[in-house]
Amino acid sequence: MTTSTLTESSAAAPTPARPARPQYKVTGRRVLRSEWAKLWSLRSTWITLGLGLLFLVGFGVIASAHYHSDFAAGRPMRRDDANATALSLSLFGTNFAQLALGVLGVLVSAGEYSTGMIRSTLAAVPRRLPVLWSKAAVFGLVALVVATVGVFVAFPVGSSLVSDTPAALSLSHEGVVRSLLGAGLYLGTVGVIGVALGALLRSVAGGIAVLVASLMLVPGLVSLLPTSWQDDISPYLPSNAGESMFALTHDATTLAPVAGGLVFLGWTVLALAGAAYRLVRTDA
Amino acid sequence: MIEAQQLTKRYGEKTAVDHLDFVVKPGTVTGFLGPNGAGKSTTMRMIVGLDAPTAGTVTVNGRHYAEHSAPLQEVGALLEAKSIHPGRSAFDHLMAQAHTHGIPRRRVEEVVELTGLQSVAKKRAGAFSLGMGQRLGIAAALLGDPATLMLDEPVNGLDPEGVLWIRNLLTQLASEGRTVFVSSHLMSEMALVADHLIIVGRGRLLADTTVQELIRRAGGDSVTVASDQAARLREVLSGPGVEITGAVGTEELQVTGLSARAIGLKAAEHGIPLFELSSRTVSLEQAFMDLTSDAVEYHGTTTVETSRSVA
Repeated sequence: MTTSTLTESSAAAPTPARPARPQYKVTGRRVLRSEWAKLWSLRSTWITLGLGLLFLVGFGVIASAHYHSDFAAGRPMRRDDANATALSLSLFGTNFAQLALGVLGVLVSAGEYSTGMIRSTLAAVPRRLPVLWSKAAVFGLVALVVATVGVFVAFPVGSSLVSDTPAALSLSHEGVVRSLLGAGLYLGTVGVIGVALGALLRSVAGGIAVLVASLMLVPGLVSLLPTSWQDDISPYLPSNAGESMFALTHDATTLAPVAGGLVFLGWTVLALAGAAYRLVRTDA
Repeated sequence: MIEAQQLTKRYGEKTAVDHLDFVVKPGTVTGFLGPNGAGKSTTMRMIVGLDAPTAGTVTVNGRHYAEHSAPLQEVGALLEAKSIHPGRSAFDHLMAQAHTHGIPRRRVEEVVELTGLQSVAKKRAGAFSLGMGQRLGIAAALLGDPATLMLDEPVNGLDPEGVLWIRNLLTQLASEGRTVFVSSHLMSEMALVADHLIIVGRGRLLADTTVQELIRRAGGDSVTVASDQAARLREVLSGPGVEITGAVGTEELQVTGLSARAIGLKAAEHGIPLFELSSRTVSLEQAFMDLTSDAVEYHGTTTVETSRSVA
């Protein structure tokens, strides 16, 4: 089929030996590039990532400062604080940051359905799956970097605040760097889970609801089960398995960091598989 | 070139598209007409692979849309509702689309200019007026310099200037040898731009024809003539290519194939007095309504008079 570019004057229009048409092609790298551009061209990305970083650093510092002032005033420790370390205090913001990053992950995918953007996206990449992989990879990486930066800022500040208390811990202490990296990895993966849930449910509200439920509500519900069941189920829940990635100490009721990380990865793969299935099988 | 074969889409009990067969050829503007709910949008969504057909196939330039290595270069589509993220600027939206194909920034700037969006390209697309939104959709459709353009209701909600702009654009694109496929529920609009018409109702193909053929088939350009010597007049006028109808015993005849002038002259020649001689041109709108009257999904309470079809 011969066509000429629109910008040519109509006098120079269709000739059989027309100048070669540019050869465009969709490639995996280009889809990644497109998703990267899409992510950063929305203001909500900047705001939510900023909030995530703020939660991570801010709450870590506040928790450490609070612990320090309690200790300095000689007030009795709350039960939670009795076992606190500089690490657990400075990672206090993780719970809040995971909400920000997870929600942004949901927005990255489900937001395209709620706005109609998905029609443009899938018209450009009708094979569909590269879109999901690219979204998960791009946002997962961004969330990982932001979270890792956040925890490595929060820890030195937090640990310096509690350096003269029983919670004191330095970066060189065994397991601290591993825990901090684990926390970054956990939050990055939460971002990927958010993308997967958004793509699976195609609804911002639904994606956020399931995300919050699985990370924050289900552990609470499981605690209502008989104790013997709890011990079997609880360590494998996404949130608990994920937390063991950045906990300094592990006991019989928690998984080891690597095992926990693998279980958490398993949940992520499951969510991504569900999202991929729905993306390929149902009309957009 | 778009080819549909036995294309079918069912949603549960409801059949939105029912065994459609059609070919959209390059170099002309093909109108895709039908009342609301006739399955036009669903068909277009199937063409670009957004919906999977329940049965049958549709190909673009010989292949399924998803099998092309550069889909945007094959088909540029403007689909019904806005297909943009309102928080992204027009330029960023186009650039994100361009990235997937390795389309250079220069081309993005070209289509922005072509659609007259220069002044608003950096603004959030969510704040665009309907007309600007349509222009952005068309800019996205033109991005890959596609061989086939497919536009769903492009003039919907546009002001007269915008409508004129689209009309000229479509004609120009077709003259460049592209396949142009435009849907509308307005016959009057299609008559101005389309050479070929594919008319659907309730998902079925009602006509695959040219504009002229449609008028002819609807009994257009007939002449009503009344005389007290109707039987004689019938004899006088009959000839090859002339069709005369009229109930026995009435004074009125409907004649097609002869002009009012010719009928008047013949009658005078034979001394037959005429009481009425009027030509009636069936509007395309009427032809369309007649064709789709059975296929309209939702009838208003003031139904369109459809008994006017020529006996």
